[in-house]
Amino acid sequence: MASELRLVGVGVRYGGVQALDDVSLAVAPGRVLGLIGPNGAGKTTLINATTGFATLAAGSIVLGERRIDGLPPHRIARAGIARTYQNIRLFGALDVRTNLAAGAYAQAGRLSDDDARALLARAGVPDVPLAATAAALPYGDQRRLEIARALAARPTIVMLDEPAAGMNPAETARLVTTIRAIAGEGIGVLLIEHDMALVRAACDDVVVLNFGAVLARGTPAEIARNPAVIDAYLGTSGEATA
Amino acid sequence: MNLGTFYAQHSRLIDQIGINALLALSLSVSLQAGQLALAQAAFAGIAAYVSAIAAMQFGFPLAAAIAVAIAAAALAAAALAYPVRKLRGIFLAIATIGFGEIVRVVANNVDITGGAEGLSGIPNDVTTPIIYGALLLVALALVALARTKFALAVKLTREDENAARGVGVDVGMVRFASLVIGGAIAGLAGALYAHAFYFLTPTDFGFARMEQILVWCVIGGVTSPAGAVVGAVLLSILPEVIRPLADYRELTSGLILLGVILFVPNGLSMLWAKRGV
Amino acid sequence: MSEIVLAVENVRAGYGTIEVLHDVSVALERGTLCAIVGANGAGKTTLLLAISAIVKKRGGTVRLNGEDVSALPAHQLVRRGLLHVPEGRRMLAQMSVEENLLVAAAVRGAAGFAAIDGLFDRFPILRTRRNVPAGALSGGEAQMLAIARALAGGPKVLLLDEPSMGLAPKLVDEIFDIVASERAAGTSMLLVEQNARRALQIADRAYVMERGRITLSGSGAELLANDAVTSAYLGA
Repeated sequence: MASELRLVGVGVRYGGVQALDDVSLAVAPGRVLGLIGPNGAGKTTLINATTGFATLAAGSIVLGERRIDGLPPHRIARAGIARTYQNIRLFGALDVRTNLAAGAYAQAGRLSDDDARALLARAGVPDVPLAATAAALPYGDQRRLEIARALAARPTIVMLDEPAAGMNPAETARLVTTIRAIAGEGIGVLLIEHDMALVRAACDDVVVLNFGAVLARGTPAEIARNPAVIDAYLGTSGEATA
Repeated sequence: MNLGTFYAQHSRLIDQIGINALLALSLSVSLQAGQLALAQAAFAGIAAYVSAIAAMQFGFPLAAAIAVAIAAAALAAAALAYPVRKLRGIFLAIATIGFGEIVRVVANNVDITGGAEGLSGIPNDVTTPIIYGALLLVALALVALARTKFALAVKLTREDENAARGVGVDVGMVRFASLVIGGAIAGLAGALYAHAFYFLTPTDFGFARMEQILVWCVIGGVTSPAGAVVGAVLLSILPEVIRPLADYRELTSGLILLGVILFVPNGLSMLWAKRGV
Repeated sequence: MSEIVLAVENVRAGYGTIEVLHDVSVALERGTLCAIVGANGAGKTTLLLAISAIVKKRGGTVRLNGEDVSALPAHQLVRRGLLHVPEGRRMLAQMSVEENLLVAAAVRGAAGFAAIDGLFDRFPILRTRRNVPAGALSGGEAQMLAIARALAGGPKVLLLDEPSMGLAPKLVDEIFDIVASERAAGTSMLLVEQNARRALQIADRAYVMERGRITLSGSGAELLANDAVTSAYLGA
């Protein structure tokens, strides 16, 4: 497909550890793929490998027709892959406007105020002032500003690394709407999350990683019933399967 | 006293201030990119010697000597960029200071540079208007550069290199370009120095000079080019202004520096900076 | 009514020109678990930081076992048994898991060091990683270490800030099991949590914070059954 992201047999080693082992998955435009699994299973490593911050020991990563593994991170970003970070990496000392212009760097590097406000609206925070310093924003707004910055790149694929961390259920429900809207624009979304309610509501498909390898694949409902996944990740409390 | 007499009495200081402002700008370019690259004095020294030698040994006219000198400094910066490409922070500072020492030692021991005695009798054809004309040109060029996408790339590199890569900034290229641009400006300053003061020794652009340049930038505001110039001007004038204090000069100088660091720690540019960026 | 081990009265605090806590009062009874829930930015983390003296209070008092500790610096509170597990799982990243525990246990001296083996029993995953630098731990392991470190200090009052944040559902279960077992062992706890449902399920008492003020209080069960709470925070 024209702008599908495909990982084929991807392997990554850190020190002596196999951080990713023969992982294959695909993120298609307009669809949301959830990536779940225990901490240390390799989820962030997968995003780092895809964005060029980790070298592949095996396999390949392709965007559309183009092989992107081995390219330096800034080239991969320019190819149309944008991401958010598990521990928020905004340009904290700079203002909201500049953070958004940064997101658009690969495109034009310049962003009109109208475009900036439109991005904030798409990310669900239309009222954040453009002149506010990024680090001074409330936590939830910072997470959404990161999403807006990713959208500023006019990406083909967006990778969200635990965007709901620290959000309560009401805020998470609003995030579902934002994520589905992004997919609705034709962008392919990879979502790493621990919040199963969010995964269930936002994802079309789910891949479960454990110890660097794919443990299971399927729809959110299928994954929730999978005994191996329950054992390794979900646990048996009502919450995860409710 | 009229302007003419004032100038005649202080022409050397006035010229020095202009050159110091250029040196401060050259460091500011690197600091804005978040790079503590402390080789600007060395680049200036290289250019000073190249320009002097080009004029004296090879008969180059002034403009050509200066052009060759700037090219030499820029080339030195480009060559230095590669071995230090993975260094950051204090390690980059040490490596670049080390480069400065190498340059000084070479100048001290090689015949063509006159060794420890240096070069004298360099054609004295750089005048005050030339110095300040050059300063104005560089300032205008930097102002124009500040409007480009490159300026945004520099800011993002300074803030967070990996996040910058994540939005498509070629951080390696930004670091290289800032080092070379800074090198070229330092080269211009060094070449002008040689022909303005017609006497050159290896210690003129050694570690002490580098330290001075760093202090100007810190006082003025680490990421503000205008601040760097203000810092250079003020601290160049300071020794002259407090000269009447005779024995209390160093004490006063130290107290003033301390005052700035304590009360305006982000540099004097904070006094006129806008909030935010 | 059992005795109040931690009394927070009319506390105000903020950062620079921003006032975050406006007159907050919370009472923690001995041997109970008290949950604080609310939206992001409500001031929950700031409240814990103010109680443990990491953030300076601008008004109000904090009483620990009846003693007014409002002016004491953070390390004095630790010596009196008030321990804080901050959000974000911060730790001595270059030091090993075991070294982190030793540092934390040092406040109790020999008794503390002797108790470390017991901690490894309770947190077996830490035993398998005992020589690993703390910075190399995964999120769940790091959270275990953060809690174990606090327990190593022998807390009488434990402040927990978002212990389940960013953890896999199974690990969230384990964390809440640990919290529940600590409560059963008699440790008094103040728990700040985004996972409001789980927190309210195990809490004896709970407070809702909004924009720096307490807006609701009651038993955990009462708040769980309260419509306003469920719609605002439980997304139901």
